[in-house]
Amino acid sequence: MSDTMAPVARAGQKGSYFDWKSWLFWLIMAIWSIPLLWLMSMSVRYNEDILTVFEIIPSRVSFRGYVEFFSEPLWYGALINSLTYTTLNMILSVAVALPAAYAFSRFTFSGDKHLFFWLLTNRMAPAAVFLLPFFQMYQALGLFDTTYAVALAHMLFNVPLAVWILEGFMSGVPRQLDEIAEIDGYSFPRFFLTIFIPMIRAGIGVTAFFAFMFSWVELLIAKTLTGPQAMPLAVQMSTTSTAAGLDWALLSAAGVIAIIPGVVVIWFVRNYIAKGFALGRV
Amino acid sequence: MNTKKKNNRAWFLVLPVVIVVAFTAIIPLMTVANYSVQDVLSPTNRVFVGLDFFRQIATDPSIIAAFQRNIIFSTQILAIEIPLGIIIAKLMPRQGWKAAAALVIVAIPLIIPWNVVGTTWRVFARPDVGLLGVTINQFRPFDIGNTPADAWFTMVLMDVWHWTPLVALLVYAGLRAIPDAYYQAASIDGASAMSVFRFVELPKLRRVLMIALLLRFMDSFMIYAEPYILTGGGPGTATEVMSILLAVIAVIQFDLGQAAAFSLIYFLIIQIFSFIFFTVLTLDQRPGPTPVKGKGKRGKKHLAEEPTGVTNE
Repeated sequence: MSDTMAPVARAGQKGSYFDWKSWLFWLIMAIWSIPLLWLMSMSVRYNEDILTVFEIIPSRVSFRGYVEFFSEPLWYGALINSLTYTTLNMILSVAVALPAAYAFSRFTFSGDKHLFFWLLTNRMAPAAVFLLPFFQMYQALGLFDTTYAVALAHMLFNVPLAVWILEGFMSGVPRQLDEIAEIDGYSFPRFFLTIFIPMIRAGIGVTAFFAFMFSWVELLIAKTLTGPQAMPLAVQMSTTSTAAGLDWALLSAAGVIAIIPGVVVIWFVRNYIAKGFALGRV
Repeated sequence: MNTKKKNNRAWFLVLPVVIVVAFTAIIPLMTVANYSVQDVLSPTNRVFVGLDFFRQIATDPSIIAAFQRNIIFSTQILAIEIPLGIIIAKLMPRQGWKAAAALVIVAIPLIIPWNVVGTTWRVFARPDVGLLGVTINQFRPFDIGNTPADAWFTMVLMDVWHWTPLVALLVYAGLRAIPDAYYQAASIDGASAMSVFRFVELPKLRRVLMIALLLRFMDSFMIYAEPYILTGGGPGTATEVMSILLAVIAVIQFDLGQAAAFSLIYFLIIQIFSFIFFTVLTLDQRPGPTPVKGKGKRGKKHLAEEPTGVTNE
């Protein structure tokens, strides 16, 4: 269970000097990057060029979209709003999911199976189902148009996912560990916080990534629950249009900027994604 | 190791989740159910209409057509994304900076906001100025705005591009969890790459594949922002999926009763399908209908079994 990544020659790889697998992989990745490069190229082109001229390499380049993004409070404010509720949601989702995942992985209790599937069903609710009730509920609570509303509402689909993933990781930690800690006189909270959580930090990293991702990219609920005060980046993007139609360059620049926080998060959890699941049997 | 303690106090640990989910799911869902059986003529004048809205929704030809489109769409993208995701995961480098770089590149489509994905592909697929459209136009006429088949093709391609990385990431993580001893045993037995995959890797990947399959099914069935921005459901109704229709009824026509009834039916359909997947995929893994248990057992069972399976091969 410890280190499964030892550099052992795996079956099927042995004896070939030409590494066709690696070539094929990077070829696929090159094809995969095309739409992304397209987005990047759109972000530095002129609006009038984007919809009239077909060119792979832009003939003239402008960084107007980026300049506008960072000089306009509406835009960078929206970026901050998005980061705020996504982070809040990530922390809350993981925090409530941790004890629940522990319970599911360690104990049987009345109704546990039903509860687990019921939790998952909330991941299946089309966001459109909840738009109107969410709007009414958060309005009544006075949370409408705050980042808290979005953070709470996104827990609808992130908490079940977090429980699901964390439970997999926790089941990979031998139960004897709990017993030994108990014999050694650890109280449950102390054991959980100082021994158990550090052991599954990889799982927490992966869970945090998924929570971040699904909250970051969600549009419908975020749009419904916010007004001008807490407007998220994705919503700000969908409202950008001028008399001449959509401001494609600015929109693409915002799109490119919107990818950066995600890349930072992936960078932090990259080792966990690779190594982490080795602990659990996910 | 596999015997779990029976302990009803575990409910206390689950309590925070139950409270949160009750707050974010049950209360809103009750409101929806409430709307679905009443016709709100004005804030003071409500008429109880029973199941009328449900009947209207279930017999509405445009909704039935959208439902069929959803089924076809989900089937197609699952048939492409699951195998493709496995292939990419198998090809991914496993060590060093290449592995890190590969992980980041593979995961990037996942963290692009959905409307940005739609916007990018909308220009990307234009037959006059978009790279994809222009390229296909070299070989055969391609017009996303007027040819239903082209719009559908682009929608599927966009989803494959957007979501195969999720499958690839999960499978990659699952592959990394297989102890090297399995591969060594297989290699001693002289197993071919194919039988290593069939008898060593695939059984171990069951659980990640279930997560991938369920997540992809749920999300593709609920897909909204990307096709809405890409085609707006058109041309005609060619890419009009259920969520686009639901948004029209709820937000544009503002027909709350119908929208609520539609929502509940929608929700129920996804639940039924997911339950079937869930049950089928975990069927031979466990004695009872246990979603959570049996994993430990499964792991152990395979430890004992799989190398033998490879030997037989």
